[in-house]
Amino acid sequence: MTALLLSRLQFVWVVAWHILLPAFTVGTASFIAVLEGLYFFTGRDIYFRISGFWTRIFAVSFGMGVVSGIIMPFQFGTNWSRFSDATANVLSPLLAYEGLTAFFLESAFLGVLLFGRTLVPRWAHFIAALMVAGGTLFSSFWILATNSWMQTPAGYRIVDGRFFPASWMAIIFNPSFPYRLAHTVTGFYVTTGFVVVAVSAWMLRRSRFVEEARLTMSMTLWLLTALVPLQVFLGDQHGLNTLEYQPAKLAAIEAHWKPEAHAPLILFAIPDQAGERNYAQIAVPELGSLILTHSRNGMVPGLTQWSKDQRAPVIFPFFAFRIMVGLGILMAVLVITALVLRRNGRLYHTGWFLLVCEWMGASGFLAVLAGWTTTETGRQPWTVYGLMRTADSVSPSLTPVDVALSLAGYMLVYLVIYPAGLMLMARIVSKGFAEAPKEDKVEAGRPRSPVVPIPEASA
Amino acid sequence: MTIDLVPLWTAILGLGVFFYVLLDGFDLGVGILYGFAPDTASRNLVMNSIAPIWDGNETWLILGGVGLLAAFPLAFAIIIPAVYFPILIMLLALAFRGVAFEFRFRDAPHRTFWDHAFCAGSTLATLAQGIVLGAFIQGFQVDGRHFTGGSFDCFTLFSLFTGLALLLGYTLLGAGWLVLKTEGELQRRVRRHGVVALAGVALAVGVVSIWTPLMDADIAHRWFSWPNIAFLSPVPLVTAGLAFWEWRALRDPTSEVAPFLIAVCLFLCSYIGITISLFPMIVPHRFTLWQAASSPDTQLFLGLGTLFLLPVILTYTAWSYWVFRGKARADIGYH
Repeated sequence: MTALLLSRLQFVWVVAWHILLPAFTVGTASFIAVLEGLYFFTGRDIYFRISGFWTRIFAVSFGMGVVSGIIMPFQFGTNWSRFSDATANVLSPLLAYEGLTAFFLESAFLGVLLFGRTLVPRWAHFIAALMVAGGTLFSSFWILATNSWMQTPAGYRIVDGRFFPASWMAIIFNPSFPYRLAHTVTGFYVTTGFVVVAVSAWMLRRSRFVEEARLTMSMTLWLLTALVPLQVFLGDQHGLNTLEYQPAKLAAIEAHWKPEAHAPLILFAIPDQAGERNYAQIAVPELGSLILTHSRNGMVPGLTQWSKDQRAPVIFPFFAFRIMVGLGILMAVLVITALVLRRNGRLYHTGWFLLVCEWMGASGFLAVLAGWTTTETGRQPWTVYGLMRTADSVSPSLTPVDVALSLAGYMLVYLVIYPAGLMLMARIVSKGFAEAPKEDKVEAGRPRSPVVPIPEASA
Repeated sequence: MTIDLVPLWTAILGLGVFFYVLLDGFDLGVGILYGFAPDTASRNLVMNSIAPIWDGNETWLILGGVGLLAAFPLAFAIIIPAVYFPILIMLLALAFRGVAFEFRFRDAPHRTFWDHAFCAGSTLATLAQGIVLGAFIQGFQVDGRHFTGGSFDCFTLFSLFTGLALLLGYTLLGAGWLVLKTEGELQRRVRRHGVVALAGVALAVGVVSIWTPLMDADIAHRWFSWPNIAFLSPVPLVTAGLAFWEWRALRDPTSEVAPFLIAVCLFLCSYIGITISLFPMIVPHRFTLWQAASSPDTQLFLGLGTLFLLPVILTYTAWSYWVFRGKARADIGYH
């Protein structure tokens, strides 16, 4: 294994785990802000209880998001120093603005949101919730602008093999950015939505916290009724954009080897990268052109239009994309089912439906991972699409042993932290809404009973 | 655009790094001292004294890292791979200590494990940062625009010593913070720890101040040639005076704010000392701030926003500190 391959695996490892957290916290922060707003304006206790419950889960996941997020910018330096040297003049302000507009905002107001309920006026607590939610959205804006520039670079000049800014507007609002931003943030909201639905369904099936669970289930399913179809539309628009600006990636996603009009839609195949063909192909005639170009005789690009060293490894984007779309279809079916059940007044009582809702709890995370895999492996072999190769981006000083050691370290730590965090969130869910705020304070704080010293051995 | 923005960016980055050292410094120091807290109640209190603000403090690390990338990308591309393992250790240690804030409260069966994770994570992260500092002062093997040495070159006797020195320094800052935020027996205990850390800091600063010029003729020349020595001698003299004052403040039971503030000033002096030794190099012996700077367009675009945003950030950060002012209490929270 080379230092390059190991560095790529390491980046996959740290970013794949990290993306799960923003995928959840972006939506949860907004959800909490809405609940705090409802509580502030209506004064109904139920919103307070629901907000407190999701804030506890948010706190665990946000903490994990922060520590796994701090690791990310340093990856650019430790393992991808040549990429950093080449692109810093263009990309670094975007990353820096993420810190300046988002991270400080989130972190300062998170403290007030979590610990300040009794210390600040109610309106200030609501503002804190809004600021945290705003911070997560600003963060999405900048990091997706950065990622989009790597996909569809614009607004740059190249001097001595390095990128320099020519137009900041063109850099930030590069061709794929608006689509990627909308598609990703909607995906994050959908992810959180399915988690909330799953948790509510879990409670309803056990007849626990029925009042709260019905409320969150109802409002979240209405939201998903709007967002899931919107997401399908945004995904389609994003696909048209990819066809225009990253045709080789689109060809890889669709496992199209030869450019053709009246192209079929390949539902399943086993792509053969070396032989430039597919095995066991199941396809629908003409549908490929219709979906990808919105016209029956539209030209769909084929990978053989590019030399072999400019093609993505088809198997990854091809299958990842189908997993994402498959999950999207399941989500749409669930949302439609919910509408029918709601009309018949059976939304909260249909056992099999609630069970399906539980199973779909992780569907958003899987879809986000699949979508991310599609877009990132589809960009290969480039870090800056068409301009800078992944192979030319890695730090020159690293040996395979160096990277193997660091990858082992990241694996070990993540395999402790993530299961522990998941277990703790599950525990919060099982305790449910019953944990009243007044009781909470004692649990976290100075015990009423006399202090029991911990034995010397553990001190 | 012909304005030279390098001095501005030097100031912004210098300020950002100093804020990080100061804020996460006391934060990590509290984590180190956490291991010496006598019982669960004290540990709850010690952790609560930083629980609402640690996240904001650590954000300055991102600003420091990304700010270096933005303002002096060549330095970032050389230094960060050169300190590959200290950075790795720092990041993993910070991850463990960061999640410990939440996990410790939630995971009662493994509370002891997370107690250790918090203390050990804080300690290791500090040591790693000190090693980065030592390796930075010693300089790196560079060819063209790349670091060409080995990933273990950064571990030298000197860098291990600066690691130890920073450990003592952060402990002193943490002790100062805890004097401010606690009372009674716990405060008395922290004062004693502070005195021990101060003795170590005084010794370590002395050793580094002698070791560095012996190791590097340029630095020796800068400090000891005439007339520099006349201008620069106040730096070590003021540092010594501050150390003495800090010793008095830590032992004076009525002095609650001074131990922290003087510790901050001690850090400022050391920081100024390092700046004097290395300026204007950002990759010591190789590249000056100007040679490593990003393009003027980049510095301008980010500089405008930063000049606007930094005061806003400092304002709401100050507000969040104000909300949690006074002695640390165990009875606030959402848990």
